[in-house]
Amino acid sequence: MKSSGFWGSLFSRHDTLSFVVLALILLVVLPLSLDIFRLSLMGKYMTYAFVALGLALCWGYGGVLSLGQGVFFGLGGYMLAMFLKLESSDPESTAIQTTPGIPDFMDWNQITELPWFWEPFYSFPFTLAAVLVVPTAFAYLIGVAMFKRRVSGVYFAIITQAIAAILTILIIGQQGYTGGVNGITDLRTLLGWNIRSDFARYVFYFVCVGLLLLCIVISQFVSRSKLGRILVAMRGAEDRVRFSGYDVANFKTFVFCLGAAFSAIGGAMFTLQVGFMSPSFIGIVPSIEMVIFCAVGGRLSIYGSVYGALLVSWARTAFSESFPELWLFAMGALFIAVVLAFPDGLAGLYNQYGRRHVERQLDKWLLTLKSSTRTASVKGVAHERQ
Amino acid sequence: MFSDYSTSELMSIFAMQGFAGLTLFSVFVLMALGLAIIFGQMGVINMAHGEFMILGAYITYLTSNIFSQWLPGLYGSYFFVAMIFAFIAAGLLGMLVEWLIIRHLYHRPLDTLLATWGVSLILQQTYRSVFGAREVGVSMPDWMMGSYPLTDLVEVPINGIFVMCLAIGTTCVIAALMYRSRWGIQVRAVVQNRTMAGAVGINTQKVDRMTFGLGCGIAGIAGSAFTMIGSIGPTSGQLYIVDTFLVVVFGGAASLLGTVASAFTISQAQSTMEFFLSGSMAKVLTLLFVVGVLMIRPQGLFTLKVRR
Repeated sequence: MKSSGFWGSLFSRHDTLSFVVLALILLVVLPLSLDIFRLSLMGKYMTYAFVALGLALCWGYGGVLSLGQGVFFGLGGYMLAMFLKLESSDPESTAIQTTPGIPDFMDWNQITELPWFWEPFYSFPFTLAAVLVVPTAFAYLIGVAMFKRRVSGVYFAIITQAIAAILTILIIGQQGYTGGVNGITDLRTLLGWNIRSDFARYVFYFVCVGLLLLCIVISQFVSRSKLGRILVAMRGAEDRVRFSGYDVANFKTFVFCLGAAFSAIGGAMFTLQVGFMSPSFIGIVPSIEMVIFCAVGGRLSIYGSVYGALLVSWARTAFSESFPELWLFAMGALFIAVVLAFPDGLAGLYNQYGRRHVERQLDKWLLTLKSSTRTASVKGVAHERQ
Repeated sequence: MFSDYSTSELMSIFAMQGFAGLTLFSVFVLMALGLAIIFGQMGVINMAHGEFMILGAYITYLTSNIFSQWLPGLYGSYFFVAMIFAFIAAGLLGMLVEWLIIRHLYHRPLDTLLATWGVSLILQQTYRSVFGAREVGVSMPDWMMGSYPLTDLVEVPINGIFVMCLAIGTTCVIAALMYRSRWGIQVRAVVQNRTMAGAVGINTQKVDRMTFGLGCGIAGIAGSAFTMIGSIGPTSGQLYIVDTFLVVVFGGAASLLGTVASAFTISQAQSTMEFFLSGSMAKVLTLLFVVGVLMIRPQGLFTLKVRR
């Protein structure tokens, strides 16, 4: 299997293995071994993997640590939630309200007319476009404003964190327009199709896996292309890249936007699978948690960050089910341990200890595969000659 | 929105809100001073700063309980004792954290952010286990209650005046310590060039530990002052951490004067707007303003010209 062509330009042999293993786990192993409740939970964790993936590119490759990824996750999620909310608040089902046909929380807040920025969300194609475009455009604005002025590192992290805080306060404060601290809840149907049924949950799970794998392919493209090289170079020595004639700000903005777009997809999938969206997934705390997903998995590894998101969220559920008191201790210790002892996370550990072994096995296996096909074909030829 | 009020009413509104802003300003200054030392001078992003503050607040709460139980006659003066305890406890904890974690991370500033966030989670859960999840309040000594009538429309609360004096006093002490003492020279030398400072015989490790401890200790004093104006819970510290960082960054990270000036601007803007708009909108506008200014002037209001 000499990798060549399009696939070969994106994936090294080891990447292919990682991709196939991840795809097998997500598409075959988990659906077969978990009941629908747990599988749906896994789907929810997977939405965090989108964010972690974006962070691996931004932070691991580009050296741009954003503490505001929750903003983009939330924007994506809110926009889909707005569409779903409008669909579920048709005039018949909201007939008991003072103003039928508007979302229930608006009615509770004495708002009698649908605000103008809600209007376009009656359209499904518009919503889908907005889920991708709005967070990316917002990231572009932030990126251009900051990177052109060479704000970076710590200052960028603090400002993105402040933006996360601003958005949370804004959403909670404007509860008539946004649903306030409860968020947008009670979402029932997507284009007339019940999103709470088991079948819908299966469908969303597989859609989520599909999108995640697609995002991984895009990340592979970024990391294997010249673009990825420049990002890594920028992380190492920003000034040298600048002096070599590259516009560092543009590259940083690009990778930040890409991370934002991934997060937005994750957020939209989150809304679909969980059935609501609230400010508690936007603010400072969730944004930092997303960074820790990425750090635990390995900030330099595309696959590591995905595993990190899945494992840490799973551990959180498992821990807080049985020892709610201990969870924060465990999480805190995890933060400290990852930073002090394993700065490259799980992927770093794997690269140090497991990878050589796996690659040797892979070589051996490919060799036997190749020789057996050759002998088979030789035999076949010999057989024909006889 | 101004037309509903007469001129004299407007003036007194501004005066009262201005004073409320000054109380907020004092807490900001006390918290930001510690952070300005830790972040501005040492470059460590201490996300656990709020939790050090809450430690000071809990120590004050404990001291007030001890005084009311065993020394009710001296209750009026418990606050001064509590403040010293808070400073020592937060400072010692800070030195411990520096020794365990921070000293390994001086060359990786972004990682100090993650590690100290871990510390803050652990501290929060510790407070929750020890003191319970409910917010606790401290009863103030009698002499701090009540307010002082300035004119017949304007009244200023005495606890506000006290907290403000405390903030001013602490700032002066810190400024003297940083710019007039031998120790301050050592700190600034280590910050500017660690290797050279070590080469001329400064014990950089000791200076780092003392500096971090001092920053955390001031956070403890801030917590003490905080009990005078609000109740405290395990997660109260987290509410202030973003504001505090913005104060420090907005002022220009390495400048004490800048920190004080930006704390003043932010707190005044917020409390004046709070009267006319809702609290959350005031906060949003203030933060947006700060972020906007930082985009135009990333180095903050005041900068030190230092050759690196």
